[in-house]
Amino acid sequence: MKVYFDHNATTPLHPEVKKEMIAGMEMFGNPSSMHAYGREARANVEHARHQVANFIGAKENEIIFVGSGSEANNTVLSLFVCASSQCIPGSKRSTIITTKIEHPCVLETAECLGHRGVKVKYLDVDRYGTIDLDQLARLLNDNVGLVSVMMANNEIGTLQDIETITKMVHESGAYMHTDAVQAVGKVPVDVRKLGVDFLTISAHKIYGPKGVGALFVKQGIPYCPLIRGGHQERGRRAGTENTLGILGMARAVEMRMVEMPEEEERLLALKQLLQKGIEERIDDISINGHPTESLASTLNVSFTGVEGEAILLYLDLEGIAVSTGSACASGSLDPSHVLLATGVDAELAHGSIRFSMGRETNLQEVEYLLDVLPRIIKQIRNMSTAYIKGGLHATSR
Amino acid sequence: MLQAGEWAYSETLKEHFMNPKNILQGENTDDFDGVGMEGNLQCGDQMMVVIKVDKDKDIITDCQWKTYGCASAIASTSVLSEMVKGRTLDAAFHISPKEVAQELGGLPDHKIHCSVLGDKALRAAINNYYIRTGQEDKVKQEQVKVVCQCMSITDHDIEDAVLEGARTYFELQERTKCGTVCGQCKDETEVLLAKFKHLHFGI
Repeated sequence: MKVYFDHNATTPLHPEVKKEMIAGMEMFGNPSSMHAYGREARANVEHARHQVANFIGAKENEIIFVGSGSEANNTVLSLFVCASSQCIPGSKRSTIITTKIEHPCVLETAECLGHRGVKVKYLDVDRYGTIDLDQLARLLNDNVGLVSVMMANNEIGTLQDIETITKMVHESGAYMHTDAVQAVGKVPVDVRKLGVDFLTISAHKIYGPKGVGALFVKQGIPYCPLIRGGHQERGRRAGTENTLGILGMARAVEMRMVEMPEEEERLLALKQLLQKGIEERIDDISINGHPTESLASTLNVSFTGVEGEAILLYLDLEGIAVSTGSACASGSLDPSHVLLATGVDAELAHGSIRFSMGRETNLQEVEYLLDVLPRIIKQIRNMSTAYIKGGLHATSR
Repeated sequence: MLQAGEWAYSETLKEHFMNPKNILQGENTDDFDGVGMEGNLQCGDQMMVVIKVDKDKDIITDCQWKTYGCASAIASTSVLSEMVKGRTLDAAFHISPKEVAQELGGLPDHKIHCSVLGDKALRAAINNYYIRTGQEDKVKQEQVKVVCQCMSITDHDIEDAVLEGARTYFELQERTKCGTVCGQCKDETEVLLAKFKHLHFGI
């Protein structure tokens, strides 16, 4: 049996998206061309813009198609290194506030801006991964130009109260960005209700194609392109449009509108079943993330005394795909920065597994996982030093 | 279109991961003549090696283990336990991480550091045997030398950084902070960098 529990990494194309894209393969015109080929492509790109805007309650002219969620996030943060009067800081508001649990595309861009003179402050999170609004209030002042807080965390699924955060940020006179890559298409997202100035979307997390995303920029907000040299996207993102990708993204969004409302309840029931099953069948585990304010599709569990990459690969041998916050699987030395920020012990972070479900995940798959997982954990624990006398946390290095 | 590729690991490594050899069952080590443990759970790797020794011939007759770690950590301890059986204590003591990696059919660069604990744990087990049998004179300590006094960086730290991917002095500094204060240790560090690059990667 092959089962996919890694939907936060990426999702398969929705069959309707696949159909649309196969038909769209015939379309090759450049949307900037005035002839019929170009006009066909233009019509489809603009239809897609309408669909994406509609999905998040935005206007068409507030949607910029980009190459990825990472590009959108890079674009927003990079507004800050431009000294031009068009850009946000206007040289005075030169501080960015973000969180310790952002995606690396935000954290590493912020770090890079730090080297270029922008001051960056990182909000702490509590044990559930929720940011501290009091700390935010303390940090907001006249120097802060932008606050960037992700709506749903990719590793633990915790949701932030973006609406409240945005109000606080706007009262201080700063702009608000949210990376909503993991939230859009899973929970209702309305940019007017949230009040945000910038919002990031990615197509491949919602059964659309890879290599395409969208950045919402509220009308009238200062903006500066990251990729220059073309009039595409009204001069806001150069480069010939990824027409086929955009076509697929639009269809993916349409299908989300139809399927999302009833899906959340179904996924939540599966998640609760999975969590209960793991708690009943496996000792010494802990659940990461917020118990209620969290994505219905995401469950993150730490297993004491076992290393995550070993779990991942033994599950892979049984046809089950998951991901881990262990350092070993990422090739870096440190385990998940998100789990460490929530105060999870490094050892437990090394032994963490993320199960992320999607529209095709069903009861049989969850039962199969619950059938296989306890045996694998037992097998790894049997060969682990963690359960022998003097083994736990023993140091001899 | 291509099908799913193989793992980042060799077939030999995969076989040892799927069917690890000589796992110590339970936690009783009374039947063994030497016990060694290295690493800690915070860092993500810990290994214990236990050995039985033919006391007349100084030959390792049995080697079992437990490992907390990733696939390459598990497989490298498994293959090590096969390699040492029948070797003299002296020969076993000199098994290098490179030999373990070769026996496994190679390891991805960023995984080599996962395989260095097994041989360390083995040496600890051999030393433990010497102590238990009143042969303290044979105990060989791992020499540790502080290279960078300011940041208290040892030659082992430099070796670890090389195993984890540092190839230039700058990369070494990024990983260890070695020589980032007074910088007096630069020459000695560069000699060690070249030595460990050659030792572990042949470059």
